Amino acid sequence: MEIMYILLPVSIVLVLGILGVLAWAIFGGQFEELEQEGLRILRDADAEQANVDRHQD
Amino acid sequence: MASNPSATYNDTVVRQFAIAAVIWGVVGMTVGVLIASQLAWPELNFGIPWLTYGRLRPLHTNAVIFAFGGCALFATSYHVVQRTCQTRLFAGPLASFTFWGWQLVILLAAISLPMGFTQGKEYAELEWPIDILITLVWVSYAIVFFGTVGTRKIRHIYVANWFFGAFIIAVALLHVVNSAAIPVSLTKSYSAYAGVQDAMVQWWYGHNAVGFFLTAGFLGMMYYYIPKQSGMPVYSYRLSIVHFWALIFTYMWAGPHHLHYTALPDWTQSVGMVFSLILLAPSWGGMINGIMTLSGAWYKLRDDAILKFLIVALSFYGMSTFEGPMMAIKTVNALSHYTDWTVGHVHSGALGWVGMITIGSLYYLIPRMFGRTTMYSVPAIALHFWAATIGIVLYIAAMWIAGVMQGLMWRAVNPDGTLVYTFVESVKATHPFYVIRVAGGLLYLGGMILMLWNVVMTVLSGRAVEASVPQPVHA
Repeated sequence: MEIMYILLPVSIVLVLGILGVLAWAIFGGQFEELEQEGLRILRDADAEQANVDRHQD
Repeated sequence: MASNPSATYNDTVVRQFAIAAVIWGVVGMTVGVLIASQLAWPELNFGIPWLTYGRLRPLHTNAVIFAFGGCALFATSYHVVQRTCQTRLFAGPLASFTFWGWQLVILLAAISLPMGFTQGKEYAELEWPIDILITLVWVSYAIVFFGTVGTRKIRHIYVANWFFGAFIIAVALLHVVNSAAIPVSLTKSYSAYAGVQDAMVQWWYGHNAVGFFLTAGFLGMMYYYIPKQSGMPVYSYRLSIVHFWALIFTYMWAGPHHLHYTALPDWTQSVGMVFSLILLAPSWGGMINGIMTLSGAWYKLRDDAILKFLIVALSFYGMSTFEGPMMAIKTVNALSHYTDWTVGHVHSGALGWVGMITIGSLYYLIPRMFGRTTMYSVPAIALHFWAATIGIVLYIAAMWIAGVMQGLMWRAVNPDGTLVYTFVESVKATHPFYVIRVAGGLLYLGGMILMLWNVVMTVLSGRAVEASVPQPVHA
């Protein structure tokens, strides 16, 4: 299974890369005050249109 | 209309991809119904090489996964990343190139596959010149997407973008590694790997294509369009973050479960089985999180057909991510492998999860891209929902029964050690279920054709609008 000499290093590099991005996200403040982020996307103009939809039905 | 182009969103490319997705959906599913009919009635091959099952089957899979699913992913990711980052799409001309480049890939696939040009790798059949074009389009896609994230006006990167981003990076990596080949002519190449090595790379690609193309990307849709359509925030935003990281850390090694009981070393098969079982946890975490978004507002499901599409999609996601790990257990796989159970499992995920989450998201997206608040016909959405749901149930129930029956017939042994059934007896026993599958497929296709009509009417009765980017409220 010589292919493992390619796939395993690729996976390990990938996991290290993912860990790096995770560290950036945690220490860069991406995960502070999380619950308000779920609400934010509902506040733009499209959301008002979605509410209009339901009143029309 | 604003004079400053950066003050509006680039929705042209979103509109193009959204409409292309619906058209390719109809095309890909039509080919699907044709090849399902060929399995029930082989006369439908007509003795014409270009119309034989062997050539049309990859055309079907490529059309529904990469043309229908791919265009839908482009459309929704370009829409979501602009709205959640509150900035115009990065590198507009490059985004335009991704649209025309991707359409060219689809066109070349539609010509080369019926002609019989193939690399012989499932879900990666396209020959090397098309593979190079795919790579160019994909790198452009990554530049446009990550460029937009990089120039965002909102500090927090919304969870849907994480899923879209992981999907873009993973597919690039998988495509480049698996499609490595040595060309001998413009239309023929040989894989860079041989034998079981090639099989391992192929299913490392194949299963991660399911994981990142057909799961992560569509989870990005789920995390944006379910909250938007229901007007409710994600049930637990924290859980959505955990869902993302758990999924991407554990997905990469499930592939060997496609190679149980083959020349692949036993330990590799077992690693694949264990990782497949682990995947149940993040998958169900995400599924529950999506469904519970409607917590406290369940009544909205009663008369909102778009929400029905989105939530039933998650139910199928839950079903197929339970069924998948079970089928990855070696003892179960000994029965299910090479039977139509696998085909049923794939379509529970493809028609149920990928198809329905896409259809629901497009029904939300398309009217808003054409200055409307709803589709031309809202009752047609409800009709589409029921046609699709009944179609899926017919399809997967027929394949479950056929698959388990085939597995049991193939392994049945007489006391003297001879086989109880010949192979052709199992084929004959499967015939009625193939006919039921055609009926299910026709229903699903019928719903898609209804959607195309509804989209055409919506576009004709609306007009393309330039939505403006919200300006920062702070001083």
